[in-house]
Amino acid sequence: MSEFAGYRRDDGRIGVRNRVAVIPISVAASTIAERIAAEAGAGVTSTPHQMGTEQPAAARAQTERVLTGIGRNPNVGAALVVYLGTEVADVDGIADGIADVGTPVETLSIRSAGGARDTVSAGVSIADELSDEIASARRETADASELIFAVECGGSDATSGIASNPAVGNACDRLIDDGGTACFSETPEFIGAEHVLAERCADEETRRRLLERVDRREAIADMMGVDLRESQPSPGNKEGGLTTIEEKSLGAISKGGTSPIRGIVDYGEPLPVGGGLVLMDTPGYDVESVVGKVAGGAQIAAFTTGRGSTTGNPIAPVIKVTGNARTWDRMANNMDVNASTILDGEPIDSVGERIYETLLSVADGRPTEAERRGMEEFAINEIQPRELEALGEPV
Amino acid sequence: MKGIVLDDRALLMVESDTVATALDDLERGTELSVAAVGSDRDRVTLTEDIAFGHKFAIERIDAGDPVEKYGERIGSASRPIEPGEWVHTHNCESDRGRGDRTAEGANA
Repeated sequence: MSEFAGYRRDDGRIGVRNRVAVIPISVAASTIAERIAAEAGAGVTSTPHQMGTEQPAAARAQTERVLTGIGRNPNVGAALVVYLGTEVADVDGIADGIADVGTPVETLSIRSAGGARDTVSAGVSIADELSDEIASARRETADASELIFAVECGGSDATSGIASNPAVGNACDRLIDDGGTACFSETPEFIGAEHVLAERCADEETRRRLLERVDRREAIADMMGVDLRESQPSPGNKEGGLTTIEEKSLGAISKGGTSPIRGIVDYGEPLPVGGGLVLMDTPGYDVESVVGKVAGGAQIAAFTTGRGSTTGNPIAPVIKVTGNARTWDRMANNMDVNASTILDGEPIDSVGERIYETLLSVADGRPTEAERRGMEEFAINEIQPRELEALGEPV
Repeated sequence: MKGIVLDDRALLMVESDTVATALDDLERGTELSVAAVGSDRDRVTLTEDIAFGHKFAIERIDAGDPVEKYGERIGSASRPIEPGEWVHTHNCESDRGRGDRTAEGANA
């Protein structure tokens, strides 16, 4: 049995961190949220983003879902929601959604508080109170089956598909054997590999939805007369030896391991506990993709990178894994696991075991390199007008 | 590592693949044994430098024919590719997400 010590929440879920999250509703509150978190100090993090005060209905619904999900993440012990006061988004609905899982939540309007300066000082006081309120939480024994593990890749090169992704996939298989949930995403990076994924779907409904989502992402390019080759693979991927989206996808999907695919959820939708391997339909931008899974409840993430990505997340610890020996040497202070040993003959299974041990120790409280460096990138996917058109939604 | 290592310097993911990945910066003229794999020849001589992580053909690939890695199609040859030649965007193209082809078809 694999165990770690985490923070048991009132509704029974387990967090691997105990943070106060300062969540802005729109871009108009993002800088203030950052200032509040910076002044309030350790344990308080913010989730600044670029969503405007008004968005088309479908885009707004997605933003609301993500912000609510972030506040509900079990790593969040308490939340402070900050807003300007002109947002169309349902602030009370978001706060209520967070409170529904038993998480203490406060709201703060910049207009009501009397502008930026007064909001920062009021926000710091509230964050201090929330910190005191959750300070009594103690880690207790939890089972690996309670973990939702987000896996991501970014800055991929040829080593990603050979070393780091299969090794992280092996760790996913281990977690799923222990009863947990693993989730990978980035639908554009299923293109060219969807037939492999489709064969692994546990049921016909999941298979149908997966293929439909891949078709939709490809159709958006098709509809616009866009040549996907311009953006996929990225210039960096190409420099690293990846030639086509098919090649990138076939390497990318190995990070999810070899377990049956139990389901596919929308961007930021709740992920099941004890759910096996589940996909999330997200765009191909890694920071947004990680945020979608953290909004879905993932407490911890692994992020493979060949070329050397540095990004983290303000809510979930991110474990960096590289299969490129040069990146491991050059960027040691951003990398947690060296998978380049696979190229020298270390079995994938052995590196997978190291990643799984790292996962459990990070869940247990060991900080990742991204946490040590204060890397807390955050971005929410905004549904674009052409996607809304493809979905038949008002723009 | 999954796959078949060629003389410690390149990797074929699946025996039936038509391209191998360089595990080091390989120089033009490097000879690699491919006798153990599904190639129609015993040795491949690199006709140009191949950078770490990049691919080269282990057999001739005709224009329009599939380029295979991971035992799957990763694109099509956009012109004939000789054994030992670097395989990348200049001679191998994706078949997916090609709105440009749809647009061309519409204009034709």
